[in-house]
Amino acid sequence: MKTKIRNGLSDIWIMFWRCTLNAIRNPETLVMSIVAPATLMFLFVSVFGGAMNVGDYDFTNFIVPGIILQCIGQGVVSTATSVNSDLKGGIINRFRTMPIAKSAVLSGHVLAATIRNLLIAFVIIAVAFLMGFRPDANLFQWLGVIGILTLYILAVTWISVFVGLTVSSSESAISILALVSILPFFSSGFAPTETMPAALQSFANHQPMTPVIETLRALMLNGELGKNLQLTLIWWIAILVIAYLASIQAYKRKLTI
Amino acid sequence: MTAQVDEQSYSKVKHTYIHTYVCMFNLILREMNMMEEKQTIISVTSLEKSYKNFEVLKGVTFSVTKGSIFALLGSNGAGKTTTINILSTLAKANSGKATILGYDCFSQADQVRNYISLTGQFAAVDEGLTGKENLRMIGSLRHLKDVGKKADGLLKKFGLEEAANRRVLTYSGGMRRRLDIAMSLLGEPQVVFLDEPTTGLDPQNRLGMWEMVRTLAAEGTTVFLTTQYLEEAEQLADYIAVLHEGIIVAEGTPDKLKALLPQGMVEFTFHSMEDLKRAEKVFAAYRISSQEQSKSMIVFTDSSLDQFTDVLNLLKASGISVSDFKQQKPTLEDAFLTIIGEKKEDLTHEN
Repeated sequence: MKTKIRNGLSDIWIMFWRCTLNAIRNPETLVMSIVAPATLMFLFVSVFGGAMNVGDYDFTNFIVPGIILQCIGQGVVSTATSVNSDLKGGIINRFRTMPIAKSAVLSGHVLAATIRNLLIAFVIIAVAFLMGFRPDANLFQWLGVIGILTLYILAVTWISVFVGLTVSSSESAISILALVSILPFFSSGFAPTETMPAALQSFANHQPMTPVIETLRALMLNGELGKNLQLTLIWWIAILVIAYLASIQAYKRKLTI
Repeated sequence: MTAQVDEQSYSKVKHTYIHTYVCMFNLILREMNMMEEKQTIISVTSLEKSYKNFEVLKGVTFSVTKGSIFALLGSNGAGKTTTINILSTLAKANSGKATILGYDCFSQADQVRNYISLTGQFAAVDEGLTGKENLRMIGSLRHLKDVGKKADGLLKKFGLEEAANRRVLTYSGGMRRRLDIAMSLLGEPQVVFLDEPTTGLDPQNRLGMWEMVRTLAAEGTTVFLTTQYLEEAEQLADYIAVLHEGIIVAEGTPDKLKALLPQGMVEFTFHSMEDLKRAEKVFAAYRISSQEQSKSMIVFTDSSLDQFTDVLNLLKASGISVSDFKQQKPTLEDAFLTIIGEKKEDLTHEN
């Protein structure tokens, strides 16, 4: 039993290592993970920053959570494309004819994506800091930020895994997942929802991105959490569970030949 | 005096006894060796598999002897890959039984996976990693010791030393194939499955692959390969099973199979259907296969001059004129046609 667990963990570690090496060596992924977030941050602060008035907040402080979610949305796309190409190539059959846990392949992808996307968030916060972002959070609030981000990343990564398992080509995976990176724009991430047209306002107030953004903002800027933390947990734990179960089902179906 | 004699005869008797024992022991040893030689490692009984309503395997039965090279020969769509998928624990059969070393390929898949490796038709390599990293990955997943050393050894054996630290993305088709096989051999599996190992290879790489298969078998590994080429099966295999539309239509050693298959053939093309029908009667004593669309007919011979002249004389005597004729060696396709043709005839006779 003990060796079984040890072997299982080592299998996941090897799969993680494989996904990470692939990501580091793929220039596209690297650009998506570091250059794009930094550019987006720069663009918003320097181009729109002067023209925007977001009430009590400094604009740079205000948009950091929105940028993080938007960039993570782009960051998980590569998970879908690599899961998809794993299934199309012969490598998945090699893994399946070896004495390793079936779940190790997907777990490796998810673990690699989680760490990569946490890194993306870190890059954004660092770049934001250079551009005038001044958070006001204590250690526990920062731990809360990491916790909420991890939950969000896990959920969208499993969505990405599900998309990668079900679409026929990586092109369609990219277009479906564009939704995840567009949704933060229609939330309280880049402008207060009160300034939006009525219909959009009610959508923005009730979609799952808004409570995450509000929670992250409150934690980083030492503001009022209100009901946002509960809402975030309910929304994203539910999404995570559904996306995980759907992925496992899709994986099983895909592997039945 | 008497005591001495007794002692002598006693030692003689003792000697004979010992001798008998040694002989018996040797005999048992030999018997055991022979059993070991003939030990069945893969056993397949009445295997059936269908996808939706399409039956791919319709009751396949065969067994593979330990340490031998077994070739499953068949054209595209015969069910070769499906058979390999079931044996290598990827797919579940609808009915029938498949075991490797006594373990069931479905219900005891985890045990089976400890003893096998699969090299499929698509190279199962990670393109983003280097050749060496690919080998290290598989070695670590198999929980081997000295993975680095083993990886280096295989890279050398397969002529990939120089490319070891290059990403597989930059490899040629032949190099990918070699790395693919090297990855399969890590951990010294007892049974190696090779699904059409030479399809798409140039002649030189093909010979290299044959050499590799022979070396593997010489080292005691059981090799199970599929192929579309009769020649390849003849060259490599100790035992061949011919799969056609989900049924084993013929099996045996290459020599036995060769005797079963026609060696030569003459093809005639006629001016009309009536001529074709008449010719069929003329060659009643021969194996024939006629194609009504092209108004042509193949007469199989043993490739001897005697039979060839006899065939021509028979046609001449009948007075049927032909528009064209040619003599050639039968291809695998033709060989299949005769075997299948005879099977069908057998069935209609039974009915």
